[in-house]
Amino acid sequence: MTLAAPEAGKGAAAAPPPARDPMSPTPWRVCRAFRETDDTFTLELIPEPGREVRPFAAGQFNMLYLPGIGEVPISISGDPAYPHTLVHTTRAVGAVTKKMAAIRRGDSVGVRGPFGTAWPVESSEGSDVVFVAGGIGLAPLRPALTQLLSRRERYGRVVLLYGARTPEDILFRKTLREWRADFDLEIHVTVDRATRDWRGNVGVVTSLIPRVPFEPGHTVAMICGPEVMIRYTVMELERRGVGPDRIHVSLERNMKCAVGFCGHCQLGPHFVCKDGPVFPYEKVAALLNQREV
Amino acid sequence: METAPPGIRYVLGDPGLPRLIEAVRGAGYRVAGPKVRDGALCYEELDPAEALPRGIRDEQGPGRYRLKSGHDASLFAQAVGPQSWKRYLSPPEQRLFVARKDGSGLRIEPEAADASRWAFVGVRPCDLAAIRLRDKVFLDGASADPAYRAVRKGILVVAVQCTAPAGTCFCLSMGTGPRAAGGFDLLLTEIGEGGPLLVEAGTSEGEAILRTVPRSEAAPGDLAEAERRMERAERSMGRSLETAGLAELLLRRSESPRWEEIAGRCLACGNCTMACPTCFCTTVEDISDLTGSTAERWRRWDSCFTLAFSYIHGGSVRRAVPARYRQWMTHKLATWTAQFGESGCVGCGRCITWCPAGIDLTEEARALREADGAAPSPRT
Repeated sequence: MTLAAPEAGKGAAAAPPPARDPMSPTPWRVCRAFRETDDTFTLELIPEPGREVRPFAAGQFNMLYLPGIGEVPISISGDPAYPHTLVHTTRAVGAVTKKMAAIRRGDSVGVRGPFGTAWPVESSEGSDVVFVAGGIGLAPLRPALTQLLSRRERYGRVVLLYGARTPEDILFRKTLREWRADFDLEIHVTVDRATRDWRGNVGVVTSLIPRVPFEPGHTVAMICGPEVMIRYTVMELERRGVGPDRIHVSLERNMKCAVGFCGHCQLGPHFVCKDGPVFPYEKVAALLNQREV
Repeated sequence: METAPPGIRYVLGDPGLPRLIEAVRGAGYRVAGPKVRDGALCYEELDPAEALPRGIRDEQGPGRYRLKSGHDASLFAQAVGPQSWKRYLSPPEQRLFVARKDGSGLRIEPEAADASRWAFVGVRPCDLAAIRLRDKVFLDGASADPAYRAVRKGILVVAVQCTAPAGTCFCLSMGTGPRAAGGFDLLLTEIGEGGPLLVEAGTSEGEAILRTVPRSEAAPGDLAEAERRMERAERSMGRSLETAGLAELLLRRSESPRWEEIAGRCLACGNCTMACPTCFCTTVEDISDLTGSTAERWRRWDSCFTLAFSYIHGGSVRRAVPARYRQWMTHKLATWTAQFGESGCVGCGRCITWCPAGIDLTEEARALREADGAAPSPRT
């Protein structure tokens, strides 16, 4: 094929090849369903017996389908080393995700995927790595952190900066505690609004960037969160000297097909579903700084 | 399809096209071709006894389309109507699968592929280019669309050179017409008003069909007449579009005040995207039974002009009409090239003719270019 589409970008990991019939979901069974915070929940899915399990890469997403309700793109938040369990963490914000929040163990969900580009975890070996997550943006980053920490010795300093709305909105508390205890990983959490017993940082996640230790010339940054947070995070990282070619962002757009057929997710020349969702920042910088592209 | 060596051109012998269509049918095809319906030339299935309309002329301008009949006996002396072949290749509504929930879980039954083999009769060069562009979207990427592939692989293309471009045509500017350059099994050229038709094969399948119909090798006079008509067609394009540097121009003028100005006229109705032969956007919709145990998933044509098109939680990305018109025109004429290697516009003029507000893509491009020359670009 000779698509002149923008390539996945320097450092992006090779994603597994797409499914043969990309428009038909495969049923998976919910083996665990639980609430993470007030408005977020996690589904753990296992395949029906004998069904093919396709590997996924950190940063990729699946289309999750509820019959009669609809289909939504949700990033995979589980461990790429264990593709037999698909873990999806999301916020109940729309018609489909609100219904999804109510499903229980034993229910079935249609799955298409995995789709999209991956975080540059392997190609960042040898570098300092800074992860910046805003809100539910921690979910798509978790597989990258998990993968990196399984080979922690291959990286320099590793930092996670995470901003949540309130202390109650902090995701993956258990995972964060384990990472803090077991790995050489610096974690800074900040909240927009503190509660009485919160003794951590208060303020936007970008305010953490000037104080954390990393060597800007040898740092890879991976960012996921609201677009406004991405823009300000990039500004702070660039101010410290991290080049736009070493900053990677995960973007979100309306998606109906996830394979470049429906046209909804276009961002300039890019189909966010297949050229993204993970982009080297330099490829999308101009587009993110324009209104309503 | 397999390409045959440069075709020898023949003149179809009596009874001409009906005999050729009969041969196509004999090869196992359902035939779709031009038919007048509701005052417009449409592409519909032709019954075996049905003849193509004769003596139809069209009059096309921004927001204006009129057919006139009774001129002569010519078959193809008009340009394209509101429909394109995309209604066969990517139907306006298409079921993707049926999902059934029962005690044991969820079953997904993908839609069986449509086994119909269609022959498209009367495909214009602009529409040949549009089919090629759709192939790039649905077949040539990392993922192929099974429904598109099933229809597409059964298509036989009987194209026709365009000898009577309309007032909104600009295929010459886009390099797609009025001469057909490839992508057909058989190619017709009308060299008299209801008189002889030149025919050549573009593939071995076209050649095999051609061998079964009465024909004689074209005389030099016939070829000269065809050439004269094609040259006349090239001179009678109703519109033109300067394509040099066009993609860069659009990207450079993304903040032009012209977008606001266009939005003052644009109704955001999406007609241009429905009529455009290359526009491919779709949405999906579930229809479930009352118990919720069975759901059908349907794919339908969608338009980037709707507010819902770019909706994500928190609001639509393209809230205002200027952003939506800019997206459509910029995609068509600029970013399409980055995505698929060539412009997404084939110069058929449908978006101009079928715009209820008469917005003219070529005129808007010209206005953007003039403003670009007049004022230093705000590019940073």
